[in-house]
Amino acid sequence: MLKRLITAREMLLVGAIALLLVLIASRFPGFVAPSNLANVFNDTSPLILLAIGQMIVILTKCIDLSVAANLALTGMVVSMVNVAAPDLPIVMILVIALGLGTLLGMFNGILVWKLQIPSIVVTLGTMTIFRGTIFLISDGKWVNSHEMSASFKAFPRTELLGLPVLSWVAIVTVILFTVVMTRTTLGRAFYAAGGNPHAATYAGINVGRTQFWAFTISGALAGLTGYLWVSRFAVAYVDIAGGFELDVVAACVIGGVSIMGGIGTVGGALLGALFLGIMKNALPVVDISPFWQLAISGGAIIVAVTLNAQANREKGRIILKRAEHAS
Amino acid sequence: MLKQTDTSAPPQAVSGAQAVLALQDITKTFPGVKALSDVSLGLFAGKVTALIGENGAGKSTVVKILTGIYQPDGGRILVDGRPVPFATPQVAADNGVTAIHQETVLFDELSVAENIFLGHAPRGKLGLIDRKAMTDKARGLLGGIGAEIDPDHKLKDLGIANKHLVAIARALSIDARVVIMDEPTAALSHKEIEELYDLVESLKARGKAILFISHKFDEIFRIADNYTVFRDGQLIGDGAIGEVNEADLVKMMVGRDVSQIFPTRARQIGETVLSVNGYAHPTEFDDIGFSLRQGEILGFYGLVGAGRSEFMQALFGITRRSAGTAEIDGKPVDIKSPADAVKNGIVYVPEDRGRQGAILDLPIFQNVTLPSLGRISGKGFLRLAEEFKLARDYTERLDLRAASLDTHVGNLSGGNQQKVVIAKWLATQPRVIILDEPTKGVDIGSKAAVHDFMAELAAQGLAVIMVSSEIPEVLGMSDRVIVMREGRIAAELAGDELQPETLVRHAAGI
Repeated sequence: MLKRLITAREMLLVGAIALLLVLIASRFPGFVAPSNLANVFNDTSPLILLAIGQMIVILTKCIDLSVAANLALTGMVVSMVNVAAPDLPIVMILVIALGLGTLLGMFNGILVWKLQIPSIVVTLGTMTIFRGTIFLISDGKWVNSHEMSASFKAFPRTELLGLPVLSWVAIVTVILFTVVMTRTTLGRAFYAAGGNPHAATYAGINVGRTQFWAFTISGALAGLTGYLWVSRFAVAYVDIAGGFELDVVAACVIGGVSIMGGIGTVGGALLGALFLGIMKNALPVVDISPFWQLAISGGAIIVAVTLNAQANREKGRIILKRAEHAS
Repeated sequence: MLKQTDTSAPPQAVSGAQAVLALQDITKTFPGVKALSDVSLGLFAGKVTALIGENGAGKSTVVKILTGIYQPDGGRILVDGRPVPFATPQVAADNGVTAIHQETVLFDELSVAENIFLGHAPRGKLGLIDRKAMTDKARGLLGGIGAEIDPDHKLKDLGIANKHLVAIARALSIDARVVIMDEPTAALSHKEIEELYDLVESLKARGKAILFISHKFDEIFRIADNYTVFRDGQLIGDGAIGEVNEADLVKMMVGRDVSQIFPTRARQIGETVLSVNGYAHPTEFDDIGFSLRQGEILGFYGLVGAGRSEFMQALFGITRRSAGTAEIDGKPVDIKSPADAVKNGIVYVPEDRGRQGAILDLPIFQNVTLPSLGRISGKGFLRLAEEFKLARDYTERLDLRAASLDTHVGNLSGGNQQKVVIAKWLATQPRVIILDEPTKGVDIGSKAAVHDFMAELAAQGLAVIMVSSEIPEVLGMSDRVIVMREGRIAAELAGDELQPETLVRHAAGI
């Protein structure tokens, strides 16, 4: 069971993260103090949440570029709801965030499933629509810290057993989706639909509907993250999390999720997100200029993709060898 | 080894003529395996050489070496007796070698003329492509081979036979001296095959050297002048086709005598399992009705494009029918999706097992249980112990050898991958199994195993529908045969009516 949860690639990534931490510790020992690592994890939690949703979408041979815009729109809506009705309990805010995010994800999913439009086109379109909608409902104005209620801002920071709620949400989500992906028929369908859509169809799996559920999950997680994001940073405006969808895709790719679909794990997405999160937090403290930070993040993505391609090429050779051998 | 010529001399034809293109002692090794060892092959102007061998004998590796895609590890390629290393596909093309593949490797979105002249288009002023000259030349080339194709059409609008003609026109346009045809008739209808034979004759008359790869003995004896047989990457024999018969070639291919004997079955035909009435589709088939009983093998014969696979896909719920009813055990069922079909005990093993069969990135047990997940789960949660048991039961029944059921299917050999696909369908405990072209692309030694297996399925009380285009297989395996023509049932034959001529007459409508 353990073997199925942690692949060789993921062990490699664990090693890479450990090496990264050692390198950072040699220049700035304070970084690896438990309290700081907990901070880094908390800081990376939104990325982890979105990367899990994105991983599922990529598994089914699709991509969701609208996650950051979904996050921003949901964040703006719950902020405005909070301003209009400061006494609304946080549970209702969470329901609204999850519900709206789910609906936006379903909208993507319906277009991909029923109209069979390529997902990159659909989500490029909805990404712009979502951002535009934020502008329409907010008139381009910000919702600032002082307009938000105290309980609205407090929720993700509340400490439980030494960790903030935001971190706990990420941990629970990781566990929940590990179960979904390995123990449910839906999880199996995601792998089958992306691994070989034709074979999945003949096995009685509705590939389009499976993709729809992937987008729905991605949307729900984006919506949830939307609330956590605006309350943590205590501000909502049109451009929050601008370009964040690319970080999310990068986390998946670094985590060994195959962009061709069918390969990927929750653990991989988690490790990919942590790797990026540690880089982003560590590079400033070890005095590397912001320009180099971007280049280093980009380099990490290319290295990861190269490793992936290499792994796949190796596999191709084995098939050929056996095929020739079987003659 | 029947080869007796001195290996240091290039291969000679019976007439002693110089080979236009020859391989001499070619060896090609992939990590851990020798794909070709010391093979030689000579192609002569105006002659058709048939390359024969089972799947995996090394035929495709030879084609890839001849076209410069693979580099041999040892041996030489001789052009007109001079050694020329084919370092890149471009060098092969420059030396007049061109290949026409089973699925043509041309460009769907480009026009016919652009496809023919891609890479060597006629140039006008300023070095720009002279489109008018290109279209005119293309029309001339196509006319020369009797093809009525508008050079301005996009390639994607053409049928497979016409795409082959475009590929041949391309071969002529680069003044190819050697034309490699890799199973060119695999996807063609009877009439198109005849036209292709005529074309091969005309290429011969123009002095082209042709390498013809085929599984079909009738066409090898019809058009080839010479033969070369490979087995397990080695040259087993070559010579003039007139000196051998079919049995000789089969023996060289498989290294043993193979009789085309079909398994005899004790026919225990039971109750009616499936009955279909008035199945119709707006464009593909109409008024299909039949019944199928336990333990019966029902053959579906017809020419390519007669609507057999299309009907099967509708019966399985992949496409929607516009009218018609189906009953299982006398109870009406409405099959709207493959999931409905599997639930009602109908499974479909598609023709393209590579693409539509297994999921290579998933482990064996997950492949086997994929269509049965409903049975081994509750409220969407899988019961892993039951899943493993189901997978183990059916892989053991098929004698599938693998280190562990956790092994990814992509790491298995082709034969074991097939077993995974079959185990997958048997695990659904079907009543009716539809096998679409069960032995297409299967090498001759393995065909008998597939036939035995079908007989066994029928003996276990399954009702089997077999779609096949091979007359011996249809006649040898089926209890009854339905012949389809142009989307309708042309005849239902049984007993003494099961004669090759009768099948062909009904299929062709004569």
